[in-house]
Amino acid sequence: MSVDKETVKKIANLSRIAISESEADALVPELNNILGWVEQLSEVDTKDVEPMTAVIANKLRLRADEVTDGSKRDKILANAPVEEHGFFAVPKVIE
Amino acid sequence: MTEIYELGIAAIRSGVADGEFTATEVAETFISRVSAAKELNAFLVETPEHALAAAEATDKAKAAGETLGKMAGVPIGMKDLFCTEGVTTTAASLILDGFVPQYESTVSANLFAAGAGMLGKLNMDQFAMGSSNETSAFGNVISPWRRNDGGNTDLAPGGSSGGSAVVVSARIAPAATGTDTGGSIRQPAAFVGITGFKPTYGRCSRWGTIAFASSLDQAGPMAHDTRDCAIMLGAMAGFDPKDSTSLELPVPDWEAALNSDLQGKKVGIPKEYRVDNMPAEIDALWQQGIQWLKDAGATIVDVSLPHTRYALPAYYIIAPAEASSNLARYDGVRYGLRDLPDGAGLQDMYAATREAGFGPEVKRRIMIGTYVLSAGYYDAYYTQAQKVRTLIAQDFDNAWSQCDLLLTPTAPSAAFGLGEKSDDPLAMYLNDVFTVPSSLAGLPAMSVPAGLDGQGLPLGLQIIGKALDEQSVFNAGLALEERAGFVAKPGQWW
Repeated sequence: MSVDKETVKKIANLSRIAISESEADALVPELNNILGWVEQLSEVDTKDVEPMTAVIANKLRLRADEVTDGSKRDKILANAPVEEHGFFAVPKVIE
Repeated sequence: MTEIYELGIAAIRSGVADGEFTATEVAETFISRVSAAKELNAFLVETPEHALAAAEATDKAKAAGETLGKMAGVPIGMKDLFCTEGVTTTAASLILDGFVPQYESTVSANLFAAGAGMLGKLNMDQFAMGSSNETSAFGNVISPWRRNDGGNTDLAPGGSSGGSAVVVSARIAPAATGTDTGGSIRQPAAFVGITGFKPTYGRCSRWGTIAFASSLDQAGPMAHDTRDCAIMLGAMAGFDPKDSTSLELPVPDWEAALNSDLQGKKVGIPKEYRVDNMPAEIDALWQQGIQWLKDAGATIVDVSLPHTRYALPAYYIIAPAEASSNLARYDGVRYGLRDLPDGAGLQDMYAATREAGFGPEVKRRIMIGTYVLSAGYYDAYYTQAQKVRTLIAQDFDNAWSQCDLLLTPTAPSAAFGLGEKSDDPLAMYLNDVFTVPSSLAGLPAMSVPAGLDGQGLPLGLQIIGKALDEQSVFNAGLALEERAGFVAKPGQWW
C-alpha cells in the first residue's frame, strides 16, 4: 500500500494539520518510505494470534462513585489561550 | 576531597546525613554548574529557587533530627515531559508554548516528597519523539563528549531524554528523570556513559507525564550508577489510583537487596540481536559482558527471540497510532498555542495551530498514526502490529523458560554527530533496534556503561529482565558495573 498526494492531503486533514502543496509533495516519498518499511509485518503469520491489549496483566479498577475533585475552574482556565466569562472561547461555529 | 559535583545520589545523601556538607551547599554547587553549562543547551527552564528551597527543608529536617527522605539533599534535573506545578512545561514543543501546569506529575511529586529538589526542566526530543535530541523546538542538546580525533564535531546525546543524559554525564546534576517509550532512557544513557533504568510498565505512574504512546511510556531514573538508579527508582515508583495502568503492588527496596553475586542466575544471549553492520567493537564488548557475567557466577545460555526483526516496524505503527490519538488534545482551545488566521473558523484554527505548533517529526508521526488507524487500513496495519506485539511478548516468555535475564548491546552504534542522521527518519529509527522489543513487552531493562570505542566514545550493555523482576536486572547491572570499572568522563570544554 502506498500513498499519493491526494491521500497525504486527506491524512493531513484528518490530522487537522494544515499543509502546503510543497509540503504534501515532500511528504509523499517520506511517508511511503516508512509505510513500505512497516509493510514487512504482513509476512508474519498471525493466524490465531490475539492482538496485544495489555503488556502486564492488570485489571481495570473501579472506585467508589464519589466526588473526589472539582471546584477548579480557575485552574482549568489558567492556560486557556482565550477565556471569556469563565469559559474557553473559540471562533463562532454556528452561523 | 572529591568535589561535590562529582558525587552521585548515594554519596550526596550520606554526605548530607553525616554532616560533611549541607544540602544547601550541594544545591549551590549544582546551580553554579547549571549556569556555567548553557552551551550544552540542556535546560529549557532553570529553577534554582526550587533546588534551594528543597535543600533548606532538608537542612532544617536534619537539624531537627528528623528522618531524611531517600532523596534528601539531592537536586535533580527533570525531563520536560513531567508536568511541574507553576513551572513552564512544553515537552520541547511550540504547541505548549507558555503552558504552566496547575498540578504536579505523580513521579515528580514522589521525588519531591522524598526530599529531592529540582534544578530545572530538561530539553528533550519534541514530545519524546526522536533518538538524537534534534527534534526539540528549542535547539539541539549537545553531548559533552568529543571524539578523540582532535576535531570538535558536536555529538548527539541520544534521545529522547537527551537533556537528562547530558546533565548527568557532564556532572551538572547528580541524577535526572527520564522517560522511555522505545529506548529513550537507555539509548541516551549508553551514548553518554551513564546508567539508565526503564522499569516494568506500570511501576511508575504516568499521571501528569505528557503522553506520547500510553501503552509504552514509562518513567525511570538516569544516574551515575546502578545503586543510584535503584535509590531513585524506589522514590519514583508506586501505585497511583490516578493512572489506570499503575500496578497496585508494593515497591521493593531495590537498593537494600543489591547483590552482584549471580550464582544460580541464567543469562540468555539472544542470537537475533547480532545484527548486520554492527561495529566489531560493540560485538567485542558484548562478548566481554558475557565473560563478566560468567565471572559473577551466572550461567550463559543461547536463546532465540525469533520475532525480534519485526519489533521496530510494529513499534512504528503502534507508537504513532497512540501518539495521533494522544496529541489530538492540542487544539488551540484549552492550553498552549493558538493560531487563528483572520476570519478563520474553528476547523481552520485547529489546522493552523497544529501546523504552527508541531515540529516535522511530530507531524510525520501523527500522520502515520492517523493513516494506520483510518478506515480500511486499521486491520492491515494496527491490528496486525498488535498481533506481532503479542508474538514478541511470547518470544520473551519462551526465553524465560531457559533463562532469568538477557544481555544485549544497548544501541547498534556509539553517539553520532548532530545532523548525521537527521535527514533519514528510518536510519534514525534503527537506533532503537535493541531497546524497542523489551518496551513492546513492558519488561524492565537497563543500560550500563561498559566501555569506550576507538573514537573514545561510551558504549553501553543492556540487561533485560522478567516483568516485575527489577531486582535481578539491578543485580546483573551491578555485576557488570563492578567489572567494567567505567570511569571515563568527558573533558570539560563548555
